[in-house]
Amino acid sequence: MDAFRGACAFLGETFMEALGMLFRPRRFRFGDFALAFERACSDGLPITILIGFLLGLILAFESAAALQRFGAEVYVADMIAIGLFRELGPLITAVVLAGRTGSAFAAEIGTMKVDEELDALTTFGLPPVRFLALPRIAAATLAMPVLTICAELAGLIGGAIVLQLMGVPLSVSWDHVCNVSTVFMISFGLAKGALFGLLVGFIGCLAGMQTKSTADGVGVAATSAVVGGIVAIAVSDGILAVICYVWNV
Amino acid sequence: MQQNSDIIALHHVNAGYPGAVILEDVTFEVKTGEIFILLGGSGCGKSTIMKHMIGLNPILGGSLTISGMEWNDRNRAALYRMIGVMYQSGALFGSMNLLQNVMLPLEEFTRMKRKERIERAQELLSRVGLADAAQKMPSEISGGMKKRAAIARAMALDPAILFLDEPSAGLDPITSSALDDLILKLRAEQGMTFVVVTHELPSIFKIADRCAMFDKARRGLIALGDPRELRTSSTDSFVLDFFNRGERHG
Repeated sequence: MDAFRGACAFLGETFMEALGMLFRPRRFRFGDFALAFERACSDGLPITILIGFLLGLILAFESAAALQRFGAEVYVADMIAIGLFRELGPLITAVVLAGRTGSAFAAEIGTMKVDEELDALTTFGLPPVRFLALPRIAAATLAMPVLTICAELAGLIGGAIVLQLMGVPLSVSWDHVCNVSTVFMISFGLAKGALFGLLVGFIGCLAGMQTKSTADGVGVAATSAVVGGIVAIAVSDGILAVICYVWNV
Repeated sequence: MQQNSDIIALHHVNAGYPGAVILEDVTFEVKTGEIFILLGGSGCGKSTIMKHMIGLNPILGGSLTISGMEWNDRNRAALYRMIGVMYQSGALFGSMNLLQNVMLPLEEFTRMKRKERIERAQELLSRVGLADAAQKMPSEISGGMKKRAAIARAMALDPAILFLDEPSAGLDPITSSALDDLILKLRAEQGMTFVVVTHELPSIFKIADRCAMFDKARRGLIALGDPRELRTSSTDSFVLDFFNRGERHG
């Protein structure tokens, strides 16, 4: 119950601080934001590309095996493009972000809490939410679309390689990808990615702020950031799927 | 040193956390310019009292004022300007070097130009004997240096009161004594009020003007005054035992 109350307080404080930034943007710590953004992108990029590539490869193999029976393997490219742009690209990237960046946020802020650095900020009159959480949440939110694009491109390359091996020329695969992809579909996927990034950043920072000063406190915070992040991603993805179905998007 | 007016006043304060009262009915005042020690055994609540005094936790009852102001949303910003805190671990920001650590409050709360901020931070580091370590990261320096850097950072905005949480903890006797000398030097130079949480008797006898002693079993304040007098003239057996046994071991 205390954790829930703390989460609500953190949400409210984060929202108010973010609102305050709109009126006083100079108070935003751009240096910290840039550092967190760079770390989220550069640290997460190799694994995101690898997983995106393997995902495209696996999707292509599994679906081609079934569609080949009907002579429809050429439509594998359509399926991979829709699957990656709408759903799997943002989803898998967000899971990677939760594992790498969300846990890192929780560990960094948690260690600062154990070392009384958050208390030091408070007694300077610097709200830890503005100083530590906002730049990180913004960084995770903006890093997600960048990483998502990379994962999607890697996935397309992976799929194209499999199709090439199955005798579908690269130009045909590319035509199918271009025909089936719309600006709305790609934008929707990236916006979804940004939402997932927001959730991962928020939950990572919250877990850090709620770290207990015990021997395993920081470890527990990092674990709960990953678990909480993945659960939040799955739940919000489900809600978005229902909304898309109802609105026929 | 002028030590007339009360800069901190606690009246019938209940200290602790919601649902857990640690100390009851605590009443004492800290005078301007004095070095006041909060002492007692481990877990007696001295750090808890300090957390109330620096506004990190709300008191559970009674009244606590600093320069006549209570810790509430209206006074909070003004009170933060009046205090500086050195935490037990130093609490330096690990991603910044010592100069940047000291410059941080200057960046946030003054209109100083960058050059002025650097000069001011250098001056503060010199005052605590760390002029040559300005570019070092907290991970590259010793525990004693961390504490001195934390004092420099706490002094950045010229606070009226400096709170020190266990400054001697984890330090060897020589470093600890050097830190005591620094506290005395800063008080003499700047006339600051110091509130120090410690149970190190050599340090207490060296720097304290007055002290407040707490006891976990009685959940309250059990002695208030000059520690040198309390050591000989207290009527409380716990107080006598604390000072004299410690003295024998010290």
